[in-house]
Amino acid sequence: MAKELKLMKGNEAIAQAMIASGCDGYFGYPITPQSEVMETLMAEKPWETTGMVVLQAESEVASINMVYGGAATGKKVATTSSSPGISLMQEGLTYLAGAEIPCLIINVMRGGPGLGTIQPSQSDYFQSTKGGGHGDYQLFTLAPASVQEMYDFVFEAWDIAYKYRNPVLILSDGAIGQCMEKLYTRDYVPRWTEEERRANAPWGTWGKPASRGHNIITSLELDSAKQEVFNHKLQAKYRVMEENECRYEEIMCDDAEYIFVAYGSSSRISMKAVQMAREKGIKAGLFRPITLYPFPKKALAERAKQVKGILTVEMSAGQMVEDVRLATECNVKVEHFGRFGGIIPTPTEVLEALENQIIKG
Amino acid sequence: MTEEIIIAGFGGQGVLSMGKILAYSGVMQDKEVSWMPSYGPEMRGGTANVSVIISDERISSPIINQFDTAIILNQQSLDKFESSVKPGGVLLYDPNGITTPPSRKDINIYKVAAAEKAAELGMAKVFNMIILGAFLKVKPVVTEEYIEKGLQKSLPERHHKLIPENLKAVQAGKELVEAVQTL
Repeated sequence: MAKELKLMKGNEAIAQAMIASGCDGYFGYPITPQSEVMETLMAEKPWETTGMVVLQAESEVASINMVYGGAATGKKVATTSSSPGISLMQEGLTYLAGAEIPCLIINVMRGGPGLGTIQPSQSDYFQSTKGGGHGDYQLFTLAPASVQEMYDFVFEAWDIAYKYRNPVLILSDGAIGQCMEKLYTRDYVPRWTEEERRANAPWGTWGKPASRGHNIITSLELDSAKQEVFNHKLQAKYRVMEENECRYEEIMCDDAEYIFVAYGSSSRISMKAVQMAREKGIKAGLFRPITLYPFPKKALAERAKQVKGILTVEMSAGQMVEDVRLATECNVKVEHFGRFGGIIPTPTEVLEALENQIIKG
Repeated sequence: MTEEIIIAGFGGQGVLSMGKILAYSGVMQDKEVSWMPSYGPEMRGGTANVSVIISDERISSPIINQFDTAIILNQQSLDKFESSVKPGGVLLYDPNGITTPPSRKDINIYKVAAAEKAAELGMAKVFNMIILGAFLKVKPVVTEEYIEKGLQKSLPERHHKLIPENLKAVQAGKELVEAVQTL
């Protein structure tokens, strides 16, 4: 597993990245459009090489609770699913956040609500960034826009998860999952040894040395006063993330009069629309949030000062647009354009929406 | 150079694998590539299509709706994608099963009787490679040397013995393609 140039699907890249980044265990249940993740893991048989466990659970509910159990011991554990499956996992996710268990969850979104369609969508933004499960909690949410980022973000997710003792969600969609692009793989990061795990997860339930008391992993606290103290601690952690971990990419924004704000595959389509707009003499640019939580509010507010209008492009009825409006405090016109239910907007449509809703509107 | 291509036909005709071989050949020739399938409840006999982009620059969107070249392998796909070829672009089709041929006047049109040729050669499975050869004759976006490398990369090793047969089919496609309308 040395550095190599490959051509693969986003879903395959996730599986390869898990193995290469020293993941200890994967628990999942198949669902389109992310089934290639487990298919690739099963074909690669990492249990014979790195020792990584791959298990098809009986359901998504079982998967997420297996993640809870495995990751509570400090091991690097992951699961993947698509929208309806991620909905089933919400109880587990809030427990993981409440118990401060680092782990990796990947949602390759499809159209909803309900079982919906199997085509790409981005209608789980609210679920991902505004809770989803109950209680005041946040998942650190990364939005890859290419096969390379699907791969790279798995490596980065472990660092963030353990740095903050927080679950990390990679929020992707069927288009990036199914698309094949060039990928530069990385050198294999060996799975942690027992000593490394104990050092990296001193809070984990890996045994009780005489030198300390019991490590207890739980999200239950019967004393409200203590729960409030703990919640303050969680909130303080989230403020640190918001301060230090916002990521975004700006493309052709320096002289832009109008910008698209879009993440994931919508950002790719919007990039094409930027090129088409520039050919027509419209000074368009793209602001791409890479972290959806924490949302890059400050950077966007700063960029918004120079522009005449903002169009958010999402494969939803309008979810991230709320964060864009909050970030820009209504100082600039912000409109939403979206296709949903599994329909992918075309670059032509996106450009027309900019012209009709923002420039003329 | 950026070449934006749609390949569309019936499931089982090798549409997706042809796109994959083309994309892999692009990778081997140090190009930027993307391969975006229409996925879904498709099945053998249903329609299938894939957008492939080969470029010297970073690819913005793998999802596109205007194409430099449309490679069309059945009537449904012709009906669906003829209007999506950029003016001055290329439409390449196999006349097998086509009842209403393309009618646009502002594009280049080529045809290749690949299904007929594949049957004649007794190699139905390399039908898509005949098409690929025809495309490369019209638009040499990757060279033949890299097609061979692309085949080596995209086919599992147990199928590598079939590579010479595939290259022969590419050659046949190059010889077979004919211009219907050039601007």
